[in-house]
Amino acid sequence: MYATNYHRASSVADAVRLKGTGEETKYVSGGMTLIPTMKQRLAAPSDLVDLRHVAEMKGITVSGGTVRIGAATTHAEVASSAEIKAACPALSHLASLIGDPHVRHMGTVGGSVANNDPAADYPSAMLALGAMIVTDRRRIAADDFFTGLFETALNEDEIIVAVEFAAPEKAGYSKFPNPASRYAMTGVFVAKSASGVRVGVTGAGSDGVFRHSGMEQALAGNFSPDALSGVTTDPADMLSDLHGSAEYRANLVNVMARRAVAAAT
Amino acid sequence: MTKVTMTVNGRQVSGDVEDRTLLVQFIREKLGLTGTHVGCDTSQCGTCVVHMDGRSIKSCSTLAVQAAGSEILTIEGLARDGELHPVQAAFKAHHGLQCGFCTPGMVMTAVDMINRYGGALDEKTVRENLEGNICRCTGYHNIVKAILAAAAEMSAGRQAAE
Repeated sequence: MYATNYHRASSVADAVRLKGTGEETKYVSGGMTLIPTMKQRLAAPSDLVDLRHVAEMKGITVSGGTVRIGAATTHAEVASSAEIKAACPALSHLASLIGDPHVRHMGTVGGSVANNDPAADYPSAMLALGAMIVTDRRRIAADDFFTGLFETALNEDEIIVAVEFAAPEKAGYSKFPNPASRYAMTGVFVAKSASGVRVGVTGAGSDGVFRHSGMEQALAGNFSPDALSGVTTDPADMLSDLHGSAEYRANLVNVMARRAVAAAT
Repeated sequence: MTKVTMTVNGRQVSGDVEDRTLLVQFIREKLGLTGTHVGCDTSQCGTCVVHMDGRSIKSCSTLAVQAAGSEILTIEGLARDGELHPVQAAFKAHHGLQCGFCTPGMVMTAVDMINRYGGALDEKTVRENLEGNICRCTGYHNIVKAILAAAAEMSAGRQAAE
């Protein structure tokens, strides 16, 4: 790892101020992606601003059907939260599948959403739940937030402080994990609410996480796995790598979607 | 250099580190506690697992400065008064190790999952919770046996104490 300078932020305002100090300063929370990337010398930030001790970015609240999860909340906290289990068990399930127990003790919702790894789990849920990404200066709809592989609508010094969504009537998540990394080779999150059905797909798309409009239309009239039997996914839009071809992933999208609908509660 | 202070195995320790120093380097090289191992160095194998504020973490993927102010528990902090911790004793009794390289991480992971699940641990849960720990010798069977035995013993001990 190249040399770096560490700063610990005590508040969101403090973090934004510290972000302006170095030549290439990065925010770090759990660090479960950033620290290994720095060890491989694929990233070399001059400065790190630690968000793990910012109290206003922590905690889970559910009120009036609205779920708010602080960005610095860990995957383990989301997986074990009684409030989330009651409001959206599919999201608890998703969090329980990320990495391994040690990663889940450190990695955070905000970090996963901000990094927008094309194989990360949370972005699919944010899209399917129609979540709002709440930053220190504005609210961004998930539909406008994820803009490409590892790309988001965030400005350089902008910090995600929380994610918010309305508890769905029903939701389900199904993931085909890479057996080594546990990242999604394909993960599908389906959510049914009064306004319709939304389907978020991660791990498969060549432009990163995406909504599957064909599946959304099919499920709007008939929320059952069988409704998806005639829905296809174009391999031209899929990732292709040593883990699986585009055709394989296009098929996985359908299989995972059917399982997610079957599991939806 | 930055001065970091933290509690390791119940003792307050301080040291000057570069900000890029990993927690595992601080533990092994500055404190001389070499029970915590570095296996893969790519965040996959789990031999470096320690507890930070009561939760299992990978000390190879955490900076020492990130851990400043926290409570760290390493494999050296488990035994009390010359008596092995019940998880250590169970690994010995059930042959939960062969070469022993992964054992410190396995034991710290086992203690963490017993803390979280107590007597409710079953084989499937144990195996799921070993996802972040790799053993190249045992095929895991005796590790799972040892963890289940220790969980049963510790939960019986807790009930007897109540």
